[in-house]
Amino acid sequence: MTAALRFRNLTLGYDRHPAVHHLDGAVETGALLAVVGPNGAGKSTLFKGIVGVIKPLAGRIERGDPNPQNIAYLPQAAEIDRTFPINVYDMVAMGLWRRAGSFGGIDRASRSLIEQAIAAVGLSGFEERAIATLSGGQMQRMLFARLLLQDARVIVLDEPFNAVDAKTSADLFDLVRRWHGERRTVLTAIHDMDFVRANFPETLLLAREPVAWGRTASVLTPGNLLVARRMCEAFDQRAELCPEEQAPALAPPGEVARAGNQPVP
Amino acid sequence: MLHEIFIAPFTEFEFMRRALAGALALSLGACPIGVFLMLRRMSLVGDAMAHAILPGAAVGFLLSGLNLFAMTAGGLIAGFVVALLTGLVARTTELKEDAALATFYLLSLAVGVTIISLKGTNIDLLHVLFGNVLALDDQTLVMIAANATLTLIVLALIYRPLVIECVDPGFMRTVSRAGGPAHLAFLVLVVLNLVSGFYALGTLLAVGIMMLPAAIGRFWARDTTLMIAIATASGAASGYAGLLISFHTGVASGPAIILVAGGLYLTSLLFGRVGGLVRQAFPGRHLEA
Repeated sequence: MTAALRFRNLTLGYDRHPAVHHLDGAVETGALLAVVGPNGAGKSTLFKGIVGVIKPLAGRIERGDPNPQNIAYLPQAAEIDRTFPINVYDMVAMGLWRRAGSFGGIDRASRSLIEQAIAAVGLSGFEERAIATLSGGQMQRMLFARLLLQDARVIVLDEPFNAVDAKTSADLFDLVRRWHGERRTVLTAIHDMDFVRANFPETLLLAREPVAWGRTASVLTPGNLLVARRMCEAFDQRAELCPEEQAPALAPPGEVARAGNQPVP
Repeated sequence: MLHEIFIAPFTEFEFMRRALAGALALSLGACPIGVFLMLRRMSLVGDAMAHAILPGAAVGFLLSGLNLFAMTAGGLIAGFVVALLTGLVARTTELKEDAALATFYLLSLAVGVTIISLKGTNIDLLHVLFGNVLALDDQTLVMIAANATLTLIVLALIYRPLVIECVDPGFMRTVSRAGGPAHLAFLVLVVLNLVSGFYALGTLLAVGIMMLPAAIGRFWARDTTLMIAIATASGAASGYAGLLISFHTGVASGPAIILVAGGLYLTSLLFGRVGGLVRQAFPGRHLEA
């Protein structure tokens, strides 16, 4: 098995304050990985690093496929201007960017792909609707249709089921399952632990530093969750420089890793 | 009779034909640009850019008199510098586009006014401030037409990235690097059309032929393409009607054109199909589903 993503002593953050601290490990190709942790644990930061929106403060991310277009990303709060006069069809069609680019035409094959994607998320009949008229759930369905068309090998979903009703999240998770079946690598940030236990084989528990990473059952233990909650609470405005730049040993996949920033004695 | 009012002024007087050609070319380029400015919530950016251009044109004027080339070059340089610096600062720092633009256009304005005050003023400068669509010479007309042509070509090239960059900049960033260049090219087009506009309408009113038709389009169309078509048509209609009014009543042509556009705008505000005030007050019975 090859890694779709490999983190090497990765530190990401803002204004030199780490939000993800000394993360090591690999996401195997075809993995269905839940990224869990309290608010402020660095989940969104990690995803922004993976898609290249922010640069690492230290360490690096190795992508199995160097083409950045092979990573599709659904941000937690998309910066979509909902008043812009554009309809659902055109919005979903953006997913074909890799195929069509700035100038490529949308031919009959593409049109049928767009229609299939819209049908797959249950939005048939909404093609001509302006995006301003969509509900939160419909908006999320539309964005999933666009992800479908992006046809990326790595898909990064940042809290995709927030503020979405049970029916919608079940429908959308069916798509995630389908991607998993197609051996795409899917990373999902999510807060519903029961849902994670039921549906995700592998989990990364993050609390700025990685607390545990491996099989979901062995990661989501009460002890680990407690550690995660404690670790996230302190954010020191006057933090000292991080004392060490050593790279901790890479955790073998499937193992529970407690990599990180132990104080230097 | 009708012929005398609506057509004869243009068949009999060459300066009216030139003015009409200039006004039509101007609306072809400036109105689509205005629609994007409006959709990007940058409606006042045109105004700020017009201020940014003014000093450059004034410097060109002071250095070489009422010379089309020098003034255009000065205006373009000042505008491009401000547009590029704004884009760079907005993309790389915490300052948002509006704040970045405000700082640079005020600096540009201050530099320009300083230079003018050092060199002494000239009454002909009023020409630059208020423009004169009735005195377009061949050179100027060709320049306005060339700018309109270039605008339409470049807009066609960057249309898709520009639209995506407007609706969902985050998505654009993850799929392509074209968003930034498209935005910068767009800012350059804004400057180009303002320079065109200030020969016909003056620096102060050049923005009018961009923003008023765009706002009109917003009241009649729900999709971008139709909005651009409506904006361009109402810009052209304002040019034609404004010139006629100016011809028959003797009021200044630039303000007449903008006032016609303003009248169309107020009508749209009241009766527009998309969100017009009358429509909002009497929406009709609601539908079944």
